[in-house]
Amino acid sequence: MTHALTDDAVTKDGCAIRASGVGRVFAGTKGHQVIALDDVHLEVAEGEFVSLIGPSGCGKSTLLRIVADLDHPTSGSLTVFGKSTHQARVDQDYGIAFQQAGLLPWRTVAANVGLPLEVHGVARSDRQTRVEELLELVGLTDFARSYPDQLSGGMQQRVAIARALAESPRLLLMDEPFGALDEITRERMQAELVRICSETGAAVLFVTHSIPEAVFLSDRVVVMTPRPGRIIEIVDSRPTAGHARDDEFRDAEEFFHTIARVRELLHGGPVAAARGVETR
Amino acid sequence: MTAPSAWARFAVRALLGTGGVLAVAGLWEAYKALGPDTGVVVHGVVVLPRTTDMAMPHVWDMLHKFSQPVNIFSGHQTVGSAVLDACVFSLKLAATGWLIGVVVGFALAVLMARFRLAESAMLPWIVLSQTVPLIAIAPLVRRWGSQIHIGGWTWTSENSVAVIAAYLAFFPVAVGALRGLRSPDATHLDLMHAYGVGWWRGLVKLRLPASVPYLLPALRLAAASAVIGTVVAEVSIGLRGGVGRMIIEYAQSAGGDPAKPWAPIFGAIGVGLVAAGAVGLIGLLLRPYRRGEAS
Ligand SMILES: Nc1ncnc2c1ncn2[C@@H]1O[C@H](COP(=O)(O)OP(=O)(O)OP(=O)(O)O)[C@@H](O)[C@H]1O
Ligand SMILES: [Mg+2]
Repeated sequence: MTHALTDDAVTKDGCAIRASGVGRVFAGTKGHQVIALDDVHLEVAEGEFVSLIGPSGCGKSTLLRIVADLDHPTSGSLTVFGKSTHQARVDQDYGIAFQQAGLLPWRTVAANVGLPLEVHGVARSDRQTRVEELLELVGLTDFARSYPDQLSGGMQQRVAIARALAESPRLLLMDEPFGALDEITRERMQAELVRICSETGAAVLFVTHSIPEAVFLSDRVVVMTPRPGRIIEIVDSRPTAGHARDDEFRDAEEFFHTIARVRELLHGGPVAAARGVETR
Repeated sequence: MTAPSAWARFAVRALLGTGGVLAVAGLWEAYKALGPDTGVVVHGVVVLPRTTDMAMPHVWDMLHKFSQPVNIFSGHQTVGSAVLDACVFSLKLAATGWLIGVVVGFALAVLMARFRLAESAMLPWIVLSQTVPLIAIAPLVRRWGSQIHIGGWTWTSENSVAVIAAYLAFFPVAVGALRGLRSPDATHLDLMHAYGVGWWRGLVKLRLPASVPYLLPALRLAAASAVIGTVVAEVSIGLRGGVGRMIIEYAQSAGGDPAKPWAPIFGAIGVGLVAAGAVGLIGLLLRPYRRGEAS
């Protein structure tokens, strides 16, 4: 932070997230310390889709929360579009979706989607138009007046995603957004997310427990290990030229190949029977 | 969800309510008819009351009393209309007390929710305040109040009664609202933080609506407390015109007219029901905010 951080829209280095040497230590019980993150270096380019994967407790959520300025690193530095995370949050540079949809139960679907616009003082008529667009995008136009408890889990999650997209953020932060969904809904949501991202061109930092999900969605998969939370390797998972991320890609050789690679890293060694592995 | 089923549910409830009242009346009459005149006494201890007309007047006598003149001097005024007047009088005081209690209780809750320090400093005192017997504070309130003169306005006994009602009513509101304001889960709080919303905006958008399911039972409790506070305070301060004082007055005529003392007692119950009903209406108005309740 030696040079002045300006809040202009264009980032000089083309980086959505730049983390260098980020560490986070929690003071646990009885002076026992938990190293949630240790020396994390990561750059996410604008428009890039990056997944974080790793066993429970390896600091995925912590890293995401630090990017969102909901938590702070104890060492290292992290910038979002070249600004401090605080500035990026104040400027509403990112949209965020959590594992629980986190909808406000007393608001209709439309009012939930419009919440960020409402708290930021967007005029009612503009808000309405935008909410309609968003509901169209996630295919919930008919449910605008429903309340969250009248929706299925998958639909609630789609509302949460629409809400995260409300202000057309250049960066989407998603912490296991599909964790609670069944396989079929999950695959459909993944396809929708791919479509939404290609339409909006937003960069995404995506936390997941599912290897195939990470490989299917991402340009790069960040593999992490716990205690202390570190990045072991970053796997390129961009489909080769000519391939699109569609259902066909799920059956492609390279898809399985990348999955096997990530599995290997997670298990800390080569895994037998790379083909026919769990293809979630 | 649809209108007919809502009405059906309402009808069932109304029937059950009426049935309950009739059952109590039936039990009363059955015991009166079958129980021994002297009551049931075990080892010199009366465990069930005597069943004479003196101790347990017939239900219809008690009801009939409402249409009788208050006494030979009162001209046309019936017991019913006298009780009604007294109820309206007491209800106004209770409502004033309730309103003050709700405002004060809620303000305290917001303060405690905002500042941890305020909570640790105030909450013990708030709890402690309810352990002081009403009989002890009533004369104090009256004495302190009587020293207040603002311009031409002076403190009245009515003010004292309302303040005592408020003293009882604020407690459930303060405690219930505090729990409600603290109820939003971490995801919602994170979301507000991510939106860069300050605490007071967050109060309006998130904490306040989230507190409604906790607030409504607290308001109902506060209404009951306010009514009890009003009745007891009227008695201990000696304020005329309300149903509390009337209970005492009519009790003195129990010797010659055993049904009469029951009239203001029913009146007090009526006041409680109206108060509870009013809070129920508030609950209806706030229905969207109660969606989290059932699920
Ligand atoms: N607020 C906190 N206080 C203390 N320790 C914490 C806190 N938040 C996280 N931790 C610790 O930091 C470590 C990483 O937690 P984090 O939630 O980031 O893991 P995760 O990778 O998201 O796990 P999961 O996949 O189960 O969600 C854990 O060991 C956890 O105990
Ligand atoms: Mg997590």
